Amino acid sequence: MELLGCQTQSGAFPKGNASERMRGFAVRVLSRRDSLFLAGERTGHDQVRHRGGARERAMAEKFFSQLKCRECGRTYPALATHVCEFDFGPLEADYNYFAIGAVLNRKVIESRPGTMWRYRELLPIVGDPTVGQQVGFTPLVKADRLAKALGVKACYVKNDTVNHPTLSFKDRVVAVALSRARELGFKVVACASTGNLANSVAANAASAGMESWVLIPADLEQNKVLNSIVYGTNVVGIEGAYDAVNRLCSEIAGKYGWGFVNVNLRPYYAEGSKTYGYEIMEQLGWRIPRHTVVCMASGSLLTKIHKAYGEFTKLGLVEKDGFSIHGAQATGCNPITAARKGGTDLIRPVPHPKTIAKSLAIGTPADGYYAVKSMAKTGGWSEDATDEEIIAGVQLLAETEGIFAETAGGVTVACAKKLVATGKIPKDEEVVLCITGHGLKTVEALTGHLAAPSKIKPSLKEFDSLISSGLAKTRVKV
Amino acid sequence: MPISVCIPTPLRALTGQKDTVEVESKDVHEMLSDLEKAYPGIYERLVDDQGEVRRFVNIYVGGEDIRFLQNQQTPLKAGDEVSIVPAIAGG
Repeated sequence: MELLGCQTQSGAFPKGNASERMRGFAVRVLSRRDSLFLAGERTGHDQVRHRGGARERAMAEKFFSQLKCRECGRTYPALATHVCEFDFGPLEADYNYFAIGAVLNRKVIESRPGTMWRYRELLPIVGDPTVGQQVGFTPLVKADRLAKALGVKACYVKNDTVNHPTLSFKDRVVAVALSRARELGFKVVACASTGNLANSVAANAASAGMESWVLIPADLEQNKVLNSIVYGTNVVGIEGAYDAVNRLCSEIAGKYGWGFVNVNLRPYYAEGSKTYGYEIMEQLGWRIPRHTVVCMASGSLLTKIHKAYGEFTKLGLVEKDGFSIHGAQATGCNPITAARKGGTDLIRPVPHPKTIAKSLAIGTPADGYYAVKSMAKTGGWSEDATDEEIIAGVQLLAETEGIFAETAGGVTVACAKKLVATGKIPKDEEVVLCITGHGLKTVEALTGHLAAPSKIKPSLKEFDSLISSGLAKTRVKV
Repeated sequence: MPISVCIPTPLRALTGQKDTVEVESKDVHEMLSDLEKAYPGIYERLVDDQGEVRRFVNIYVGGEDIRFLQNQQTPLKAGDEVSIVPAIAGG
């Protein structure tokens, strides 16, 4: 099986050792980028933009210039590669925190526009962001009614159901991945997705004028499929679970040389999730919440929120403080929760995920191991929720806070409820719930679970009898 | 009848570009040593300093991950098919 993203290059450079392939790819990418750069200089407008960009690039290279293996620490050039050639560990963006600390402080960040790019020095692109400039800085809602329902002192909802432009946190990762894809000269971008990522790649690629392909399990929610097609992307439904889609994408990335945001561009893509954590801290008044509950598919978001908390602490932007990060999965696909509960970091794959939270249905979670480590290190626990509990969670959030989350949000709420009930989150402490996608994307899950609207003739008499029947009161509660 | 071992692309530089090699080992542990004898350098790519199979390397015997069998003590017999597959860090 040809599964590695670093083999993206092996199609073009089938012979020679790893480092030779890397060098060959570097030459290819640089020439692409150069031609892009030159093309931009033909017009006065672009010339101004690129001159500014060159200065910024020099600055940015000071903050971020390479990738590093999370396992062995070997470093790699910042190209389209995501796996260590030596031990196959995942590659991660490597920053110069000393240089970042010299320019980034609370005042600087607060002076910038309300988007995820206000933390730009901590994101792995070299020039100005060119895709998704308006993404992020979604509301952190103080959720008093939900806190009361959960039985906890204070609760906040980080509300990415209203993230721009496709109503999920995935716009954050795609903004970084596509901005970097452009810097690396890719013309075609693609992804393996459970739906939200497909929506975001399709929309952001459309606005950037890039060709895109999204590969999804064929049985996804109708709205998620439609919400990709509308942007003019190429949607391919794969007859199989997400893990099969993911495996196929690795092979396609190798053969076609496309920029797969969550395969060969993964080191850049994943870093976008950190902005979710930065925003939580800034919006809380520059501090780390005592508890954070995060839904988990690959587990990446949880690890990146952990990283974000650590980076702000390291940079002195927040006080060093104790915090716990808890995970939330669906019972029908809970490999990470099962590992945490079993006291192991060995992730046993779930071959046939079965849950209405399809956006979380990843049986072989790429970051499962690191997610378990993050939870264990911060004293966090992990829970899972059945389909019924997920629906109840979606309803509870909607009824108490007026926020309509997709099924993954129901997982977060349901698991938070369990964590409070079991004392993992003490009742006299605060919790931030990570609500990552909008409910209109997964309406099928609620079919048959909500009361039908009352129907009457346009007559005051009929309305009076509706009120007196007491039916209306019940419906208002629902 | 020997045991066939499927070698992933990143390691084929060590096996003279062979995608499948053959061994006659009694278990996975012995197989790893036998591979090293035939293709020096391959062992450290698969096994860490503690002697454990690296976290992002999966070894399958008959389609089952050895971590859920008997790990390096997983027995091998003639005709078995072993696959060495780097973990997919996607998704």
